[in-house]
Amino acid sequence: MFALAALTLLAVMGLALIRAFLGPTLYDRILAVNIFGTKTVLLIAVMDFLGGRPDFLDIAIVYALINFISIIGVLRFFEYAEKKTAEQAE
Amino acid sequence: MELMFDILSWIFLLGGSFFCLTGAVGLLRFPEFFSRIHAASLTDTLGASLILIGLMLQAGWKLALPKLILILVFSLLAGTTASHAMAKAALKSGLRPLDQEEGRRKRERQED
Amino acid sequence: MRHTLALSILLSAFWLVNSGHYTPLLLFFMLASVAAIVSLSRYMDVVDGEAQPLNITFTLPIYLFWLAKEVVLANIVVATRVWQGKESISPRTIEVTASQKTDLGKVIYANSITLTPGTVSIDLEGDTIIVHALDEQSAAGLLTGEMDRRVRRVAG
Repeated sequence: MFALAALTLLAVMGLALIRAFLGPTLYDRILAVNIFGTKTVLLIAVMDFLGGRPDFLDIAIVYALINFISIIGVLRFFEYAEKKTAEQAE
Repeated sequence: MELMFDILSWIFLLGGSFFCLTGAVGLLRFPEFFSRIHAASLTDTLGASLILIGLMLQAGWKLALPKLILILVFSLLAGTTASHAMAKAALKSGLRPLDQEEGRRKRERQED
Repeated sequence: MRHTLALSILLSAFWLVNSGHYTPLLLFFMLASVAAIVSLSRYMDVVDGEAQPLNITFTLPIYLFWLAKEVVLANIVVATRVWQGKESISPRTIEVTASQKTDLGKVIYANSITLTPGTVSIDLEGDTIIVHALDEQSAAGLLTGEMDRRVRRVAG
């Protein structure tokens, strides 16, 4: 049962990657990468039960934190980058 | 009792997998960015919750249970904040939702 | 004082859940790290009713149960739309009024809107929240204002 959930999560991550490659806008890609990250957290949590390794949950917590911070960081980076190019265009 | 928990957790895991898959299909099927956010929030809310609740039922009264609750609470909070931040950044950068684009096209056609 | 105590209890619980080792030495480290974080937070002046909203401790769970029910229903609606294809959706931007007086109430309301699939709050200007809705059903559910009323009851 855990194996099935893990396989589905891998399929979801694959579909998210397709969207990340297709785009078309920058924000579609960020959204797809965000989905990829949150599903990674779930996959690590499922792997914990699949392999019987109780320390995987700590990794999942850390991954959730890093994923959130990286998405916010990337968004802010592009926000500032676009503001700067707009100012230069003026 | 053990069997009941097993069956319940299977149902939750299956349901969560289904909602995650639905969200991913929506991510590919929906026509523009703002609709895709809704599909993404599908996997973030019910998909993640059901899978984590299914795991909680298997965890028993060990330290894994509060850790799973921690992951669930954090992923719900972070998911909403991330969707909102993405929507706001996209709007600020000039990306417009579909209905406004249609309205503008209609207006342009009338002006022509 | 109440807020300091609440923050200490929360941090200790977080440490205990994540540690799993309960020897006297490590428990001493827990007390030391919690004391360090709490004193740092007090120095940064973030220990107050805004960061630790204790007044909603008992009213919030009731609202969260109602919100969970709404989220499940909205999930089913959006999942149906996904499998029906893109002809079944009609994205629209609507504006709703947040009647809450406090900032906390507005934040809870906007976050609840985003948490519910089918509606995403994009921007908050004064009392108006700009919401992107996936279809008519989601928008109509929000425009009834029931969520707004319930949040107002939790955090004016």
